[in-house]
Amino acid sequence: MRLRFDAFSLQVTLDRALTGITALFGPSGGGKSSLLRILAGLERRAEGRVAFDGSLWSDSSEGYHLAAHRRPVGMVFQDARLFAHLNVAGNLRFAERRSRHREIVYGWEEVVQALDLSALLGRAVTALSGGERQRVALARTLLTRPRLLLLDEPLSALDLGRKADILPYLEAVPRRFGIPTLYVSHALDEVAQIADEVVVLVEGLVKAAGPIAQIMERPNLQAYMGRFEAGSLIEAVVSGQDTRFNLTELRVGAQILAMPMVSFLNPGDPVRLRVRARDVALATAQPSGLSIRNALRGKVLAVVEEEETAFAEVLLDIGGSHLQARITRASVADLGLKPGLSVFALIKSTTFDRRAIARRQIP
Amino acid sequence: MPDLGPLWVSLQLAFVTTLVLLLLGTPLAWWLACTRSRVKPLVEAVTALPLVLPPTVMGFYLLVFMAPNSWLGGLWIEVTGDTLTFSFTGLVVASLFYSLPFMVQPLQSAFESLGRAPLEAAASLRAGPFDAFWTVAVPQSIRGYLTASVLTFAHTIGEFGVVLMVGGNIPGKTRVIAIDIYEQVETLNYGKAHLLSAGLLLFSFAVLVFVYMVNRRAGFRTG
Repeated sequence: MRLRFDAFSLQVTLDRALTGITALFGPSGGGKSSLLRILAGLERRAEGRVAFDGSLWSDSSEGYHLAAHRRPVGMVFQDARLFAHLNVAGNLRFAERRSRHREIVYGWEEVVQALDLSALLGRAVTALSGGERQRVALARTLLTRPRLLLLDEPLSALDLGRKADILPYLEAVPRRFGIPTLYVSHALDEVAQIADEVVVLVEGLVKAAGPIAQIMERPNLQAYMGRFEAGSLIEAVVSGQDTRFNLTELRVGAQILAMPMVSFLNPGDPVRLRVRARDVALATAQPSGLSIRNALRGKVLAVVEEEETAFAEVLLDIGGSHLQARITRASVADLGLKPGLSVFALIKSTTFDRRAIARRQIP
Repeated sequence: MPDLGPLWVSLQLAFVTTLVLLLLGTPLAWWLACTRSRVKPLVEAVTALPLVLPPTVMGFYLLVFMAPNSWLGGLWIEVTGDTLTFSFTGLVVASLFYSLPFMVQPLQSAFESLGRAPLEAAASLRAGPFDAFWTVAVPQSIRGYLTASVLTFAHTIGEFGVVLMVGGNIPGKTRVIAIDIYEQVETLNYGKAHLLSAGLLLFSFAVLVFVYMVNRRAGFRTG
């Protein structure tokens, strides 16, 4: 599937094959939500051209604009926008009745089950919590059988705990129903946890686009990510819960990483862990007599020194995963760091919090 | 026991007027709520005129407009064989103008407070504009509809000046309750005038209490 786009004030040309979840990431006011609204057909006055999967949606030079309700897209709004005059089931039926793409083979049952809504169907919309509202909104949109799913900061109105509850749904649902998804967010945690691809949008311009792990490692993008937030994503598997010391142990390749216990995880759960570059220190020999529990053996892939600053970014390979370390240029010189060198990456367990980890499947 | 004929005419007139204004006022209020047109203030001013014009002025122009020698009055005689003035139909036409702001203004403000968000959501769920209007905008504006209908009905019941100019005072046909009261006072029949006046007073008060109660109840179906 391809999407071509070019807009007024937003200088965006996305011509991408869309699969899985693509995050539109960038600071607030960068044009991310406007882009979604244009795709959904809600901004009639936008200039440019939008085509999807071979069919033209709008072309301002020809004065053509396909009305929002005729586009096979589904949009989940930041504020859910459930219809208050209908209950939960009524909201879902509203969408189900108007679905025009019945060739997509999933129905009411599957959607209600996937989002755990069966207990909520009879509820009034006003009696739902923020997280429940977003689950209903997502289910409602899925029932229109969209061929492209647009999620406009669906978590921004939720607190941290609720975000952790709903992220697994957001992450799994588009894949489960086979719908490519554009996900707008200015929160790096969310993007790191659920996206496959990321498009970095700053002041209406695309600064970078590609697989999430690659983009997050690029030093020249860290200005947009926030320098202190930049880091790596590591895919790991929960190997055990240490109840004596309250630690959760994760297996990364053949090595073990410990973090403060996250009670909702179970052994065998696949997880994605975000490690900030500034939280990683390096040693050239196995350290001893150290409070830092995590010393992962790895190999230096690249060293990027930042001219006119004290810092350097070091990219490591840890048994197949990439890990980034932000250390001083003086240390690079002292340790003689260069590509190919074997090193130990030291990560304090206390630098991880609940936000750094996401379960990769629904409970 | 007073003659119930005038009350009956008033109720019929108010009912028909409210019904027709629901049909005509809805698209007008919707257009006023949505439009960015430069003629909007003009249309709003015309809609609000009956609030400030003396009913006799409105009644006078309506009389001229509907008289048998005017084009509308002439056309009406040709089609129906009856005059538009001094008939029940003429009263309905006059009431439509007279009560127009009482229908349009509450509806317009209900539609405006609805905003674009629910309609955008409806469009993203494949509802066309007409569909979204009926299934989202109208149900979510139900309080506005209730207020508008009740005010229109009550205001039409209390009509006097316009009716007198356009409809005259024909018992069973155009003699409405307000004119009946005037008639009773003219003939020094104060007892009957008291009865009818007190009835209208109570009715108007009850209607207003109802409207304000509905508007106060925040959770009324629209959340």
